[in-house]
Amino acid sequence: MTPTDPTTTAGDTVLEVEDLTVQFPTDEGLVEAVRGVNYELRRGEVLGIVGESGSGKSVTSLAVMGLLPKTARVSGSVRFNGNELLESTDKQLSRIRGRGISMVFQDPMTSLNPVYTVGDQIAETILVHNDISKKAAHKQAIELLETVHIPNPEQRAKSYPHELSGGMRQRVVIAIAMANQPDVIIADEPTTALDVTVQAQILDALRTAQKETGAAMILITHDLGVIAGQADRVMVMYAGKPVEKGTADEVFYTPRMPYTLGLLGSLPRLDVKTERLTPIAGSPPSVINMPPGCPFSPRCPLSDDICDQEEPDLESGSDSGHLAACHFSYRVEGHEPADLFRPNAEDPLPAGATEGEVIE
Amino acid sequence: MTETALEVESTTSRTPVLSARDIVKHFPVHGGGLLRRRIGDVHAVCGVSFDLYPNETLGLVGESGCGKSTTARVVLNLQPATSGEVEFEGQNLNTLARREMRRLRRSLQIVFQDPYASLDPRIPVNEIVAEPLRIHGLYENGGKERVRELLATVGLRPEHGNRFPHEFSGGQRQRIGVARALALEPKVLVLDEPVSALDVSIQAGVLNLLEDLQENLGLSYLFVSHDLSVVRHVADRIAVMYLGKIVEIAPAEQLFEQPAHPYTQALISAIPVPDPRKERTRQRIVITGDVPSPANPPSGCRFRTRCPKFANQLSDGQRTKCVDEVPELIDRGHGHPSACHYAEAAQLI
Ligand SMILES: Nc1ncnc2c1ncn2[C@@H]1O[C@H](COP(=O)(O)OP(=O)(O)O)[C@@H](O)[C@H]1O
Ligand SMILES: Nc1ncnc2c1ncn2[C@@H]1O[C@H](COP(=O)(O)OP(=O)(O)O)[C@@H](O)[C@H]1O
Ligand code: SF4
Ligand code: SF4
Ligand SMILES: [Mg+2]
Ligand SMILES: [Mg+2]
Repeated sequence: MTPTDPTTTAGDTVLEVEDLTVQFPTDEGLVEAVRGVNYELRRGEVLGIVGESGSGKSVTSLAVMGLLPKTARVSGSVRFNGNELLESTDKQLSRIRGRGISMVFQDPMTSLNPVYTVGDQIAETILVHNDISKKAAHKQAIELLETVHIPNPEQRAKSYPHELSGGMRQRVVIAIAMANQPDVIIADEPTTALDVTVQAQILDALRTAQKETGAAMILITHDLGVIAGQADRVMVMYAGKPVEKGTADEVFYTPRMPYTLGLLGSLPRLDVKTERLTPIAGSPPSVINMPPGCPFSPRCPLSDDICDQEEPDLESGSDSGHLAACHFSYRVEGHEPADLFRPNAEDPLPAGATEGEVIE
Repeated sequence: MTETALEVESTTSRTPVLSARDIVKHFPVHGGGLLRRRIGDVHAVCGVSFDLYPNETLGLVGESGCGKSTTARVVLNLQPATSGEVEFEGQNLNTLARREMRRLRRSLQIVFQDPYASLDPRIPVNEIVAEPLRIHGLYENGGKERVRELLATVGLRPEHGNRFPHEFSGGQRQRIGVARALALEPKVLVLDEPVSALDVSIQAGVLNLLEDLQENLGLSYLFVSHDLSVVRHVADRIAVMYLGKIVEIAPAEQLFEQPAHPYTQALISAIPVPDPRKERTRQRIVITGDVPSPANPPSGCRFRTRCPKFANQLSDGQRTKCVDEVPELIDRGHGHPSACHYAEAAQLI
């Protein structure tokens, strides 16, 4: 059974990802970076993808954009407004990248050219896809800079990227991303390199860009606070797979997967004084030559025999839109992190070592 | 004097283990070209003072470039201050003879942010932890056993001590760094962004470890971090820095319940919390612009170029004071010091 989101009405869907897998053959073995991702993205919504480093968030989006290196083995389906992207030619893809789906990366310099002024770069993006005069394109570029709250946009348009701060550059990238009224904006850790006060400004600018263009947004981050504030729906990833999916409220208030609960219990909070955090023991698994079973099992306080034999599917419980990949999700429901996780969960084993192994 | 006043008196008259007085640190800025003439100074730290009490965690928080790491290095005498004094247990570190400094160094240790860069990849973990003991001539006498003990203390298996750093995960590497810092039985640990490079599920374990060590060993921590959520969790008192200066210092709960400086308020309100309903209804103070260059800080109050109060609430007459007069870090009737002429407590969370 393919898990789907019953709350989605087909007509609304702009992007549909089905059974997406990405593998990289390497000298160390087969890297299973993405192991079956499914999601539907509806017009105007914000889907938050959260997970720790290495969980496959970036590779998933690069696959959608057709930006993976040639060595990558990709399977599954990515449909954008009904068109299959995984079978598209490079030419079709670059057209879609310019105006259908646009991307904002952590490092704005990934998207900017150091030798052109930012005004020229925005205008160029517009000119590639629209039959308008240079002058009109420049005028639009300045309006876009204003939309993302850049002060003195006319002046700033004449600046080169190196003359701008990190936060300003990221706004320019957002202006470029919204320039051609895309249907989807994918932002991959757009604020991770920035200070919090600047992060707040950038999240504001992204929201504005999304509202003004009516685009759907995929917001990728490792920060659960950012997700809570921005996302309508949330997908939690672990070891290359979504392990929980639901509305932001469902995922944050009634998690059904031990990993999600563990993450919430690990988090020091600004708004409440937590006496004791409950970390998750161990560290995320290597996604090279993965063993069978649930990838969270070595760290999971609920793990049982079946967990090491069968990898759980992403399934719904009683409320049908809220999916979790866990054989025992019913034992997670209604629990606080401290009910399952211990404050002194240490990680005494070096990465890759197995319990009981003693050297010396 | 009333009884409560007496109590306050007795807690504030505790003797600090570490004191920084008016620390200033400038870095020269050189021009381009062949001569690279000195064209100015980066005012990295400008008159920072604080006390650290026994068994206490003082959080030093602020955005990148505000001078946290420089303050930490100056306090540890890893870098000379331009001016100012540091006292450890009443002894002035600036005037100590080299031999005495060496002895004091044992009591003051640092743990760095990056568990990848700060451990030598060619040396096995046992040796990394043993090194400070060897340097101080303490290894011969039971050093091997001490190393095993230290590894166990930080939650690592002593039998894995002959492995190399790359065989350990990020969280484990940070534990190795802590074990090494503990080798000489310090009284004070300066922790510079000790969990910032770690994923949250791992970070939590290191934070718990630090709490346990403090309780068991009676350590004092100067905990440097850009992450106000982490600092709230670990710190007893918090000092907020902006452009080289402390703008507010208060007991942790007070700082969050009644922040008085506009920058503290902006910082608290900018940090998202992992609670969707709260996020949807939260009042936000958004500040505009970027931090000015520390090579050319604004006159008067350094926050004035971004201060929402300055921009939206003050009269022209009031603004003059922000532009002309440096606001002192003093108690302005909020129970703790803040450096704003017009400080006013706000409730934000
Ligand atoms: N080009 C590549 N070759 C081999 N492995 C890769 C490549 N790109 C990513 N990976 C691996 O794929 C996994 C997922 O990476 P990524 O999607 O970047 O994680 P995230 O964005 O969640 O931090 C990681 O284990 C990473 O090392
Ligand atoms: N060795 C140095 N030479 C020149 N400038 C420096 C040096 N070290 C730090 N700075 C500058 O001093 C300021 C404070 O830096 P730092 O103490 O590292 O801040 P933080 O730790 O709060 O991020 C920054 O502007 C930084 O660029
Ligand atoms: S399937 Fe088993 S190991 Fe995996 S999360 Fe659920 S209980 Fe834990
Ligand atoms: S002194 Fe003036 S500019 Fe500085 S924080 Fe207070 S109100 Fe703002
Ligand atoms: Mg990534
Ligand atoms: Mg620093």
